Amino acid sequence: MTLTTTLDRTPAADPRGRGRSSVPRVALLLVGVLLVAVVASMLIGAKLVSPLDLWREGSVGQGILETRIPRTVLGLLAGAALALAGACLQGLTRNPLADPGLLGLNSGATFAMVLAVSVFGIGSLNAYLWFGFAGAAIAAVLVHTVASFGSGGATPAKLVLAGAALAAGVSSWTTAVLLTDKATFDVIRLWQVGTIGGRGWDIVVTGLPFLAVGALLTLVGARTLDTLALGDDLARGLGRRTGIDRAVIGLGVVLLTGTATALCGPIGFVGLIVPHMVRVMVGSAYTRVLPLSAGFGAALTLLADVVGRVIWPPSEIQVGVMAAVVGVPVFVFFLRRGRMAGL
Amino acid sequence: MRLAAESVSLGYGADPIVDEVSLEIPDGLTTVIVGANGCGKSTLLRGMARLLRPISGQVVLDGKAVHKQPTRAVAKTLGLMPQSPIAPEGITVVDLVGRGRQPHRGALQRWSPADDAAVAEALELTSTLDLADRVVDELSGGQRQRVWVAMALAQQTDLLLLDEPTTFLDVAHQIDLLDLLHGLRETRGTTVVMVLHDLNLAARYADHLIAMSGGRIAATGKPADVVTAERVESVFGLEAQVISDPVSGTPLVVPIGRHHRPAAHPHAQGA
Repeated sequence: MTLTTTLDRTPAADPRGRGRSSVPRVALLLVGVLLVAVVASMLIGAKLVSPLDLWREGSVGQGILETRIPRTVLGLLAGAALALAGACLQGLTRNPLADPGLLGLNSGATFAMVLAVSVFGIGSLNAYLWFGFAGAAIAAVLVHTVASFGSGGATPAKLVLAGAALAAGVSSWTTAVLLTDKATFDVIRLWQVGTIGGRGWDIVVTGLPFLAVGALLTLVGARTLDTLALGDDLARGLGRRTGIDRAVIGLGVVLLTGTATALCGPIGFVGLIVPHMVRVMVGSAYTRVLPLSAGFGAALTLLADVVGRVIWPPSEIQVGVMAAVVGVPVFVFFLRRGRMAGL
Repeated sequence: MRLAAESVSLGYGADPIVDEVSLEIPDGLTTVIVGANGCGKSTLLRGMARLLRPISGQVVLDGKAVHKQPTRAVAKTLGLMPQSPIAPEGITVVDLVGRGRQPHRGALQRWSPADDAAVAEALELTSTLDLADRVVDELSGGQRQRVWVAMALAQQTDLLLLDEPTTFLDVAHQIDLLDLLHGLRETRGTTVVMVLHDLNLAARYADHLIAMSGGRIAATGKPADVVTAERVESVFGLEAQVISDPVSGTPLVVPIGRHHRPAAHPHAQGA
């Protein structure tokens, strides 16, 4: 091999390795899947809408579309946020099992919001959001603190163990509050399983700035995650301040998870599997994994929601449930196709 | 002297592992730190690489305390190869080596021709150019260690600190790697500081040898002055004869061991 052939391909821009697709091809696939998901989300549901209704003034179809547009946008945003948060958590903890649900962030946000309704009688979405952040942030700090006990600091295994324990503990508190408080239960029942239906534009608009900041913090941190992936010693040798790096990216994750949970309730699985799917396709560099995870997370969540609308008529299955139902076969397909890429 | 320690104490808890050590690293030469397990040699190296904040004293790089300098600026001068770096699964050689460019790139700065040149040079110097497109997990131990050195070289630092770079390598690959590092000193004038376990290899490749014992420096200087039978006994607790290496003329430690002691087994001498 000559020097020039090596240099033609820069490490930052070019994925390689066996059986991997190129980034442009994957990006094209993503655009296609997103398009299908959005169109399906607009047209399919309890009532099918003809594409022609889009332009037919005052038709029934157009009325339905008015509720489906915010639902679609919310699904895209929540899915992107959760997948992005999951990919970042996997990088921060160097643990392939990390995900907002597994590390207790979802449960923390959920519990905080149940408290908001039950104890503080709060009804405004803005206040929910702050409770969501607080819950996710407190959960993150708690899990990290508990995992830091003992020798060796917060190792990936201890983090996941602490997260799982916290998630289980907090979830039972949530259940306890809901079982004893009928009014709160009614408010929170649908939200608790994760749903993007029945939300208006106001909800989407309220969450947008927080999601934007979260996405910015995490996406800019992509290269930092690539350096952290080499181990803390090497990352620090390369001039990273690993504590500050983790805090900044962690803040982004809390914003993404807290907002997504406040808007839609806990949607699990997306944050866990989407980054792995993306890694199988383009390798483990976070500069590629983060943006593509956001895209595929959005598409998968929306498709799961569409399937949930029609699978069991006349009722709808919530996206929180459907994400796992749709996600598992997709995940298995990817696992069989390529060896699962690690971190 | 660009790198020096001034009565530095280092440790992880209350008790210092390295106890008020002062030393100077000669520029452009290879310095090797040796000592028994747990003597604090890796801790000292980590302290010099600013991975460990001193309990007291300071490590000085270019006239200023290394902990008071911006860490990214330090990373342009001082490279580190830790004992067990982690290669992300599925990463290719060229991709991994490229990550050594981290301190030279801003958060949003694009990959530049200078980055390309640095990576190419690093691959060439370590003879890993033909491995460039290979996945790191599939390389042999010797190749992988070369790739990590290449990554450190892509960082383009004048000083390079390595923590036991030859661990897990068979003897041929140990020599191979040490030859490579020695070559860097010759071609690039890189100041190399490394922790080695093998006293004979240390004596052969070091210009400057630092022997540590119980968190302090037991002896420092040219290998021929540092490695004596008495010192091997006091530093490593090993009875040995020190002879001249027939190939390099450096000191060669020949352990005696329990079964060859004249008193215990008079016949063993002839065996």
